[in-house]
Amino acid sequence: MTSTFILASLIEPAIGLIFWTTITFILLLVLLGKFAWKPILTAIKTREKGIEDALASAENALNDMRELKSNNEKILAEARAERDNLLKEARDTKDAIIAEAKAKSQAEADRIMSSAREQITNEKNAAVAELKNQVATLSIEIAEKILRSELSSDEKQKALVNNLMKDVNLN
Amino acid sequence: MTSKINTYKRFTSIFLLIFSLFIGFSNNLSASEPLEDTIEHGHSADTAVAAHDAHGHDAHEANGPIDISAIAIEHVSDSHSWHFWGEGHDAVAAPLPVILKGNNGIVFFMSSEFHHDNEGKTIVEKNGERFVMFEEKVYYANETPNEYGQYVTLTIDEKEVSVSNAAPLDFSITKNVAQMFISVIVIMWIFMSIAKAYKTQGVTSAPRGKQSFFEPLILFVRDDIAKGNIGHGSEKFVPYLLTVFFMILINNVFGMIPIGANLTGNIAFTLVLSVATMIVTNINGNKNYWSHIFLPHAPKAIWPILIPIEVVGILTKPFALMMRLFANMTAGHIIIISLVGLIFVFKTIYIAPVSVAFALFIDVLECLVAFLQAYVFTMLTALFIGSAVADHNEDGAHTTDDDHATAGH
Repeated sequence: MTSTFILASLIEPAIGLIFWTTITFILLLVLLGKFAWKPILTAIKTREKGIEDALASAENALNDMRELKSNNEKILAEARAERDNLLKEARDTKDAIIAEAKAKSQAEADRIMSSAREQITNEKNAAVAELKNQVATLSIEIAEKILRSELSSDEKQKALVNNLMKDVNLN
Repeated sequence: MTSKINTYKRFTSIFLLIFSLFIGFSNNLSASEPLEDTIEHGHSADTAVAAHDAHGHDAHEANGPIDISAIAIEHVSDSHSWHFWGEGHDAVAAPLPVILKGNNGIVFFMSSEFHHDNEGKTIVEKNGERFVMFEEKVYYANETPNEYGQYVTLTIDEKEVSVSNAAPLDFSITKNVAQMFISVIVIMWIFMSIAKAYKTQGVTSAPRGKQSFFEPLILFVRDDIAKGNIGHGSEKFVPYLLTVFFMILINNVFGMIPIGANLTGNIAFTLVLSVATMIVTNINGNKNYWSHIFLPHAPKAIWPILIPIEVVGILTKPFALMMRLFANMTAGHIIIISLVGLIFVFKTIYIAPVSVAFALFIDVLECLVAFLQAYVFTMLTALFIGSAVADHNEDGAHTTDDDHATAGH
C-alpha cells in the first residue's frame, strides 16, 4: 500500500532539491567556467595551435631544405661547368703558348740560319777574294822566280813567254 | 589525419570501458559488506511498512511478507539523514540540517531531532511550530496523536496512503543535496587542479596524472559532442556541456558507491539540468529556429495543428532528457536492490550466489550506463542547441540557404 505512496514521491520533484540544485549548478557553471574550463580549453587550444605551427614550420623547413638542395645541385653543376671551362681554357692557352713559342723559335732559328748563311757567304766571298789575292801574289812571286830562272837565257825567255801566253789564253 | 582521429576515438572509448569495468569491480568487492546493510535496511523498511500497513498488528513483527518494491523505492529516494547501517534506534546515520520555510519564517534544526522517526510519532517544536516526519517528508503535526501515536492524519484507501496534513516548504540539506555538495567539491578540486597543472607545467609537456585521464574526456566533449552536433560557433557552449557532462558523470559514479546517494536518479536534479538545457537552447535560438516553430514550411491550413505541436516540442525535448536520466539511473538501482531482495523473498541463503552474480552483472552494466547517460544527456543537449543555432532551415528554401552559405563563407 505504501509503495504507491512512495512512488508518487519518487516522481514528484522536491522543491528543496530543485532549489539547491539550481544554486549549486549555476555556481558550478560559473566557477568551473572561469577557473577550470577557460584555462584548460585555452591551454589545449594553445597546444594544438603549437602543434599545428610546428607541423607547418617543419613542412616549411622541409621545403626550404629541398629548395636548398636543388640550389646546391645547381651551384655544383655550375661549378663543375666552370671548372671544365677553366681547364679547357688552360689547355687552349697552353697549346697557344707552345705553338707561339714554337713559331717564335722557328723564326729565330730561321733568322739565325739565314744570318749564318749570309755570314758564311760573306766569309766565303772574303776568303775567295783573299785567296784570289794570295794566288795573284803567289803567281807573281812564282812568275818572278820562274822569270828569273827562265829568263836567264833568251830562248828560255822566249819559250816561256810563249808558254805563258798559251796558258793565259787557255785560262 | 582522419585515421588518426579515428584511432584516438577508439582509444578513448576503450579507455572509458576499461575504467568503467574497473570501477564496477571495486564497487562489487565492497558490495559484499553493504549487502548486510541492505539486509538490515530491508528489515527496517519492512517493519516500517508493517507499521502503517498492518495498522493494529504488532509494528515490530518482521516475519510478514516483504514488500520489495517499497524497500527499493525507499532505497532510491531522498532522505533527511545520511544512513550508513543499523536500524531503528541503533541506526548509524549522519544527521543533516533540516531547513523549513514555515508560517512563522525559516526554521533550522538537525534531522537527529526526529530520533530516526519516520512515522510521524516524534514532534519537533521550533519557532512556535510543531513538525513531524512521515516517510521522509516533514508535515505540521496534529494536536493529538491517532491510535498508533502518529501526529498525522492518514487516509487509507485500497492502494494508497495519503497524508492530509499541511507541509512547510522543505529546503533541507537532504542526503542528495549533501551528496551534490560533496560531488561539486570533488569536481572543482579535480578540474581546478588540472587547470593549475596546465598553468604550471605549460602546454608543451605531456599531460600526466588526472590530466591524462580527463583530457581525453574534455576533448571528447569538445570535439565529438560540441563540434559534432553544433558545428560552427560551438566554442561558446563547450563550458556548459562540459559542466553538464561531468556533473552527471561524477554523480552517476558516486551513486554507484554503496553508501552514496542516488542524485542523478532523482527527478528534481534531472529537472533542473533539463530546464537549464531548455533555457540555453531557447535563448540561443536564431531566426530559423523560431520560424521553424511558428512559420513551418507547410500549407497554412495545417498550421493550427503544426504550431501547437512545435510549441509543445520545445517542452518535450527537455522533458525526455529529464525522464531518460532519472529513469535510467533509478532503474539500475532498483534492479540491483531487487536482485538482492530475492534472498529475502525466498528466505534462503542459497539464492545468494545467483543474486550476487546477477547484481554483479548489473553493476558492471551500470558502470557503462553511468558514462553512457552522461554522454547521452550531453550529446542531446548539444543536438538541441545545434538545431537552435543552425544556419540552415532543414526542409526547403535551398536557394536562400546557398545564398547564406556563400555570403557567410
